[in-house]
Amino acid sequence: MESVQKRQHASKAAAKTPLSEKKKDMLSGYLYMAPFFIIFAIIGLYPAVFSIILAFQKWTGLGAMEFVGFSNFVVVLQDPLFWKSLYNTVIIGLMGTAPQLVVGIILAYFLNMAVIRFTNFFRVTIFMPYITSMVAVALVFGVFFSSSETALANYVIGLFGVDPVSWKTSEWGAKIAISLMVFWRWVGYNTIIYLAGLQSIPKDLYEAATIDGAGKVQQFLHITIPLLKPFIVLTVFMSTVGALQLFAEPAVFLGSSAFNRDEAMTVVMYLYRDAFNLGSFGTASATAVLLLIIIVAAAAINTWLTSGFGRKQKRRAFTK
Amino acid sequence: MNNMKRAAKGTLPVYIALGFASLVSIFPFYWMFVMATQPSAAYNSIPPTLLPGDQLVENFMKVLDTIPFFQAMWNTIVLCSTVTLAVLFISSLAGFAFAKFQFPGKNFFFILILLTMVIPPQLGLIPQFYLVSQLGWLDTLLGAGVLFLLNPLGIFLMRQYISESVPDELMEAAKLDGCSNFRIYRSIVLPIIKPAFATLGIIVFTLVWGEFLWQFTVLRDPASYTLQVALASLNNAFRVDFGMLLSGVFWATVPLILIFLIFNKWFISSITEGSIK
Repeated sequence: MESVQKRQHASKAAAKTPLSEKKKDMLSGYLYMAPFFIIFAIIGLYPAVFSIILAFQKWTGLGAMEFVGFSNFVVVLQDPLFWKSLYNTVIIGLMGTAPQLVVGIILAYFLNMAVIRFTNFFRVTIFMPYITSMVAVALVFGVFFSSSETALANYVIGLFGVDPVSWKTSEWGAKIAISLMVFWRWVGYNTIIYLAGLQSIPKDLYEAATIDGAGKVQQFLHITIPLLKPFIVLTVFMSTVGALQLFAEPAVFLGSSAFNRDEAMTVVMYLYRDAFNLGSFGTASATAVLLLIIIVAAAAINTWLTSGFGRKQKRRAFTK
Repeated sequence: MNNMKRAAKGTLPVYIALGFASLVSIFPFYWMFVMATQPSAAYNSIPPTLLPGDQLVENFMKVLDTIPFFQAMWNTIVLCSTVTLAVLFISSLAGFAFAKFQFPGKNFFFILILLTMVIPPQLGLIPQFYLVSQLGWLDTLLGAGVLFLLNPLGIFLMRQYISESVPDELMEAAKLDGCSNFRIYRSIVLPIIKPAFATLGIIVFTLVWGEFLWQFTVLRDPASYTLQVALASLNNAFRVDFGMLLSGVFWATVPLILIFLIFNKWFISSITEGSIK
């Protein structure tokens, strides 16, 4: 009875208002997504477009801009330091992320084994490095890999008969130390993603394979890996994009000399140095545009490669 | 019985591998604590110092003399909480719109949001810096936080969660009772999506807590430093006091580790939800 009255009341109210329910909903829709798009326009879209325009100008941040065509790109592409920073970024990226994928899958596989106990303890400890900030990781590793001969890292390699390395000033020392901190911080993160992937694989697939006489290794290669493919593609994509944007780890690890040395200068550090240490906003923007192109291309190629790899595996699994 | 024994035998290498991985993951935390309690000279000793010393307080006092540690901690907490609350509000509101309302261009706008995820943050760095400096927001938390308000992933997660968990019937009933759409958002949607708030809140909070490039670019005045910028500045001295340095890192890391150990399930599920959906 009461609800009928209410309903009548509501329909009367609706009749009075000029806006229909449908129009109101439309309006609400636009209104509710507006905050995001207003913010996006101001701090996302406008800076991105401005950056692309800036790449064709000469500008120090003060005074008028001067259109210079492609010459910023020419300056950057002719600068050996740009190429060195790209080389460093790719090498550190490969050394820091590729092993993660392999180790991550193995750890996730172990954590997913039904017979293993204390998995929650292992999961929490292996994930813990990810909680630490990049700056904290870089500082702790900076002391561990300090350039002094008595650095703990030098003590450890000394146990294996290796001579002390000058970790912060040698070509490979800096790259290896930075790759290791990237690896340490992210391997648990990838393990968690793979673990979620493994848990999504139906158990009866393995049971059926066991009945058909497939061994553990065969099952891993022909069931686990192909079904994990979407998760592998995802982590490869994220690792590729993340590795090409590396900044905090090398910049903090090397401390005050970070922008004066080239052993571990990454593309983003090169960009930062151009803009904020040398005041050349035009060439820095050209670098930003080049970096965008590199990231999109690398992400596309790597995603394509990993999906292709999975397809081949799957086809083989089906034909067997 | 025999079966169980066999299974246990086969698992020993697995336990060793997992134990080793755990050890490698935890050791830097332990070592950071050890160094934070040792005089700087302990660093040079052979064999290396692996047990805590008695300089815990002294090292931290040196940190306080070098950087405005508590100010930076406060700045970080204010920055992270404000940004998190703002992102939760913006994302849930937009997620609500995409999940429950029909309007022309809805798909177009949603795809646009997904596309904004692809733009690398460095592309706009220089204009963003210029914009913030023109607004007079350099060295302010406003300037440091404004960039993080843009969180397309948040809208994505919220849309997913709201369309799965808020029943259309409930919305219809509320409308018949004369509820406005915003009232529905406030009294029906918000209580239902609390778990999604926890997930997104953790993602945003840890992201802002650990981000470095933007905060380093915008915050130049030590009074405005957040923890990350303050810590990085510890490493810039010509001769770095390692005990002091790692004491700073240790005390800046402890709060987040404690939060993580208490809410570790939420943290871990936030990763899978954030990346898989």
